[in-house]
Amino acid sequence: MNLPFAFTAADRRLLPEGRAAGPMPWVIAIMVFLTVLAAAAGLALAGSARALGDQIAGRVTIQIVEADRVARNAQAEAAVRAARALPGVATVHRIGDDEIARLLEPWLGPGGLELPVPALVDIDLGDPAALPRLKAAVAAVAPAARIDAHAQALAPLRDLVGSLRWLAGLLVLLMAIATAACVVLAARAALNTHRETIDVLHLLGATDIQIARLFQRRIALDALFGGGLGFAAGALVLILLAGRIGAVGSELVGSVRLEPAGWLALAAVPMAGALLATAAARLTLERALRRIL
Amino acid sequence: MKGPKARALASIVQFENVGLRYGMGAETLSDISFTLAPGAFYFLTGASGAGKTSLLKLLYLAQRPSRGLIRLFNEDVVTMPRERLPVLRRRIGVVFQDFRLVPHLSAFDNVALPLRVAGVDEGEIADRVGEMIAWVGLGGRASARPATLSGGEQQRVAIARAVIGQPEMLVADEPTGNVDPDMAARLLHLFDALNKFGTTIVVATHDMHLVSRVPSAAIMRLERGRLEDPTGALRYPPRVPA
Ligand SMILES: Nc1ncnc2c1ncn2[C@@H]1O[C@H](COP(=O)(O)OP(=O)(O)OP(=O)(O)O)[C@@H](O)[C@H]1O
Ligand SMILES: [Mg+2]
Repeated sequence: MNLPFAFTAADRRLLPEGRAAGPMPWVIAIMVFLTVLAAAAGLALAGSARALGDQIAGRVTIQIVEADRVARNAQAEAAVRAARALPGVATVHRIGDDEIARLLEPWLGPGGLELPVPALVDIDLGDPAALPRLKAAVAAVAPAARIDAHAQALAPLRDLVGSLRWLAGLLVLLMAIATAACVVLAARAALNTHRETIDVLHLLGATDIQIARLFQRRIALDALFGGGLGFAAGALVLILLAGRIGAVGSELVGSVRLEPAGWLALAAVPMAGALLATAAARLTLERALRRIL
Repeated sequence: MKGPKARALASIVQFENVGLRYGMGAETLSDISFTLAPGAFYFLTGASGAGKTSLLKLLYLAQRPSRGLIRLFNEDVVTMPRERLPVLRRRIGVVFQDFRLVPHLSAFDNVALPLRVAGVDEGEIADRVGEMIAWVGLGGRASARPATLSGGEQQRVAIARAVIGQPEMLVADEPTGNVDPDMAARLLHLFDALNKFGTTIVVATHDMHLVSRVPSAAIMRLERGRLEDPTGALRYPPRVPA
């Protein structure tokens, strides 16, 4: 179609002013709100999975589970020496009995160490591949030793975080589909509401493009309005949540945090929503108009 | 403007064995064949339900025929792809039997529609539309919505909208059904003036009194979906009525 047309200020007078009828802007606001939350969850989980991986890769704890205090001490010292002697081991730190006592005091009360409590040695492997060597060396000198690699212990947690990330991505995708479907319905409803006017415009020589534009701009504005609202609400919730997370003060929970790049990605959600809405509206309108003579 | 001789040879509308059927029923229009000369004035008469509106719909491209050939402005509009229809529609002014004013637009904006669709600039629109509205006697009602206008006033808005773009062909379906005889005469005078400037006029009406007011007009008569040609003006080549 290469008809010249100048529907600029004039096209506002071809349809009633105001937003498109119906709940579409609000539905889009809700969709964008939920999408922002799901996307934020996905991004934060990705960040925390990375942080978790960095922290626990190579962290090993040795427990000497031996009822006799003297034997326990001797085995712990032997294990520390053996570990220090190994290549690929960065740091070795025996957690002192008084430190353990302090950690256990809330549960066992003062003097709780009268009970046999295992001795603990914290080890940071510079090279995670050194783990089998460490196991062999420690087992040789300390038969009562139990060796826990954190990476192994936390593997289920890491898998869980991974699954949650996928779930968040899936939710974002579903929300996009629902938004598009909502826009398609709104565009069809708008066409039905204004069918008489559209027929008259057609008969006066208006092109499909001219008519589609009237509706498309309206829907785009509504989508932007809904998207902005949804994003603002989502951002507010995220900021409040970040405050709560900070108050928990836990290292693990605290790693669930949004980077500035994450915020930027979230700000793209309402934009993408408006673009999606405009594209869906345009497609729907052009297809529907083509069915009218 | 074409000379009388060119008019006699060219036709602005040509129907050949046109039939129109709505849905699965019997044909509403059958074996319609005629040609219209550019710059001529035609009345289309016939009983209610004879098919006048149906025939006009084919003329103003609201409907495609079920069979037959239609040429408008020397173009085959039966097989024409629909993207090309707007260009032709802009050359035709239509007064619909039921007016079809856009309810949320003022009288002024309704009349301005064809110009806005065609991309005429707003300054020119203000002048032309204001003048036209005053001419049909609605100067004081330019900002009124159709619902607040009387039937006759709505009809005058519909007529003003049909002629504002100075179309090459004006198709009017019962354009004087709701106005008093004085206004009917005035509107007919408007059509006549347009006709003098070269616009081909086709007016569907029951009102034989109206028909008698334009002695130079040719008459097309529809009888149960078939066309009769009492003045012999519809054969090819079209005879320009005296
Ligand atoms: N859209 C339609 N669908 C089905 N039938 C229709 C449709 N439009 C008109 N008809 C039928 O076609 C026939 C002719 O109708 P049309 O409106 O052309 O008559 P008319 O001559 O304009 O009548 P009037 O003088 O009352 O306006 C009628 O029997 C009518 O019922
Ligand atoms: Mg009719």
